[in-house]
Amino acid sequence: MGEFLHQLASGVALGGVYAIMALALVMIYQATQLINFAQGEMAMFSTYFAWKLIDSGQPYWFAFFATIVASFVGGVAIERLIVRPFANAPVLASIIVFIGLSLIFNALAGWLYGYSVQSFDSPFTGKPLFGAGYMSAHEAGSLVVTLAVLILVYAFFRFTPLGLAMRAAAQNPTSSRLVGIRVGWMLAIGWGLAAAIGSVAGMMAAPIVYLDPNMMGGVLLYAFAGAVLGGIDNPFGAAFGGFAVGVLGNLVGAYLVGDEVKLSVALAIIIAVLVWRPSGLFGRRIVARV
Amino acid sequence: MKPLILKAKGLEAWYGPARALHGIDFEVEEGGVTAILGANGAGKTTILRALSGLIRRSGDIRFRGRAIGALATEDVARLGIAHVPDGRGTFVDLTVEENLRLGAYARADRQNIRADFDRVAGLFPRLAERRRQQAGTLSGGEQQMLAIARALLMRPTLLMLDEPSFGLAPLVVAEIFRVLGEINRDEGVSLLLVEQNASLALDLADRAVLIETGRVALSGPSQAFRADDAVRRAYLGY
Amino acid sequence: MADADRAPEALITLAVALVALAFPFVASGYHIYQGAQVLIYAVALIGLNLLTGFNGQISLGHGAFFAIGGYGAAILIVKFGVPYWAAIPLASVVCFAAGFLFGFPALRFGGLYLALATFALALATPQILSYTGFDSFTGGSQGLTLVKPHAPFGLGFNPDQWLYFVCLACGAALYWAARNLARGRIGRALIAIRDQPIAAETMGINAPFYKTTCFGLSALYAGVAGGLSAIAVGFVSPESFGLPLSLAFLVGIVVGGLASLGGVLFGALFIEFVPNIADQLTVSFGESAKALPGAIYGALLILVMAAMPMGVAGAMRKAADAVRHGRAPPRATEVDKDSGASVAANYGGKEESP
Repeated sequence: MGEFLHQLASGVALGGVYAIMALALVMIYQATQLINFAQGEMAMFSTYFAWKLIDSGQPYWFAFFATIVASFVGGVAIERLIVRPFANAPVLASIIVFIGLSLIFNALAGWLYGYSVQSFDSPFTGKPLFGAGYMSAHEAGSLVVTLAVLILVYAFFRFTPLGLAMRAAAQNPTSSRLVGIRVGWMLAIGWGLAAAIGSVAGMMAAPIVYLDPNMMGGVLLYAFAGAVLGGIDNPFGAAFGGFAVGVLGNLVGAYLVGDEVKLSVALAIIIAVLVWRPSGLFGRRIVARV
Repeated sequence: MKPLILKAKGLEAWYGPARALHGIDFEVEEGGVTAILGANGAGKTTILRALSGLIRRSGDIRFRGRAIGALATEDVARLGIAHVPDGRGTFVDLTVEENLRLGAYARADRQNIRADFDRVAGLFPRLAERRRQQAGTLSGGEQQMLAIARALLMRPTLLMLDEPSFGLAPLVVAEIFRVLGEINRDEGVSLLLVEQNASLALDLADRAVLIETGRVALSGPSQAFRADDAVRRAYLGY
Repeated sequence: MADADRAPEALITLAVALVALAFPFVASGYHIYQGAQVLIYAVALIGLNLLTGFNGQISLGHGAFFAIGGYGAAILIVKFGVPYWAAIPLASVVCFAAGFLFGFPALRFGGLYLALATFALALATPQILSYTGFDSFTGGSQGLTLVKPHAPFGLGFNPDQWLYFVCLACGAALYWAARNLARGRIGRALIAIRDQPIAAETMGINAPFYKTTCFGLSALYAGVAGGLSAIAVGFVSPESFGLPLSLAFLVGIVVGGLASLGGVLFGALFIEFVPNIADQLTVSFGESAKALPGAIYGALLILVMAAMPMGVAGAMRKAADAVRHGRAPPRATEVDKDSGASVAANYGGKEESP
């Protein structure tokens, strides 16, 4: 029983990381109908940025927030400079561009910081405030941080004028323009936000999966699975999906097929959902108009 | 001649490679109402889209003397030109209140927004009742009112409407046109009205333009339109 | 197609064939191996191009089918003693089946979701291959080792040369088959499905059949390539079949030219030699040069999409057209010789917005 609770608890903690990555993916999908394949590598690069700051003597939380801000700016820049020119291009072109972006970030990280695995210390040490015995301090802290991110993002979109404008721009760009919303900048801010919350995911994941240029591949896959499971056009669904994948992955890994094939579990989830219920648990039913 | 709030000369527009407008001239007087009439596919909606910058256009377009032919849609809107598009353009997944708040989003004069909300609630009491309702669940008439209300919350000086009577019951249409008349008279908002229902439009308008296949066929004061035999027979049905 | 167009094309093909045939006699062992790898990649790229270029189904996971071919052949050879000339065809049949079966759920996804699913497939493949439950077959994380076959009937080639010629023969045959397919009715059906799926169906094209078969076929090509590669390299291990391989294939068809069969040679040369050059650079510049292939791939993907959506082959054709006709090549809709369809309209950069 204790082992089960432990797997459950750490699954929930991991799920928090997947949930915010999935949220980032959904945010970009809602605004652009595109899946950002580079989200993982962008988060990884942000995490290296944080690591560099900490390594050069900055306190953790300064590095944490500085990274979030820098990632936001980076996300805005990427949207304006690289994504925007392909706004009217076919889907395949955008996918190729995103893959290209992910390759560049991966290479950049390897070049700037080397390919050897680094350790990334968690700011949460000692005994955790809750879940003691079943959760490590970092898992508990990570869960709090990821929940905070989810709540903040929800509040932003629900209660602020800018959040409302961004929702409008994603749903109906033409009508948004007609009321004076600068849709282009809404997209850029969306990318910035996605990059920012991706960086949080990276920083929370790093103490667990260790820091190397390929650290986020698995996390991204789980985030995809979560987003697909929850519904790629539904932020709540994506968050739920992320938690579900975290828990499911841990339980299946511990009791069924072994830890080594957890990635295949994610793959299986993706294919199963896409075959049986493509809109996910909470997404809108997609109707193809002939 | 009264001053002009909008003057278009040689307006051309394209959908991709296909040219839809072949040099249109028309004007809207400050505080006046101009109606754009014509059959389906004549190019009426295209004119509004061109003015808003939603499609490729060229020609001399002046808003209060200022050239706007090269502005992006959102910048045209921010100048005070509110466009209620065909199909209403409602944000169907947002609530009525959120739709209205979006109308006020880009305004610089934040202090007047509260008063404008009240005014709009007075003009359209049905909307005030349904503030928290999802906009997509409103009836056609209510969505049209919502679209106009949202446009009014932009505090425009020029209000452009694309077929406000489309698909609505006569009583609802009468109500809407009454409100439009009130806005025009009481607040001096100029109106540019695209309508298939020529009789209704001519009642409200002081000037009219008849469009046929992307060209101006006739233009002048609305009384002249009523008097014109050809227009009467073709578009007014008697 | 005018005869005047066929002549230079036939000349180029002849020239390439001559170079390819003469190559193993003038090059040394390692270079012959590289030449074989280029041919192997070319076969894999043909497969991916049929699926993604001609049929519009985006696959970011073709490394998985390459792996099935490689591991399939290796297992048959090492564990069951099947000779290589039977193992590879057998493994490729398995690949066809795998691709065909994967094609069914793929029918339900749109392009984006298929990309997602195949991306997931690529990420999960190394884990599946090193699963301890399969260890007795796959050799676990150590993989399997193979021996290069000798030339039969006492032909005077050394193993490297013999392998090269096997690859050349397979490559030529498969290229020829693909070309006929692409230029014929089936090719046009595939393109129609890519460009206007609904119209294609109303014209009586059985899209599900074509799409799943195309998937199977492209998996078969990848499988043949994988099998040949297993023998050429001499071993298979899980780590060589991960995401980087699938992405390299994508780079290959993008650089060579989507829906351009002739371009696969460029693509194959590119993905064989860029990592190679980078490796050599690590000697001078240290570990950080490992980042070079990734950076080049990434930058090129973006640049090619922006400037040369039809890849190297397309750019060369454009230039040749300009020279021949003495005027600017056609703009909004480009007709690709191999595919006979508006490739640029589907894969190019900005489309004209109203």
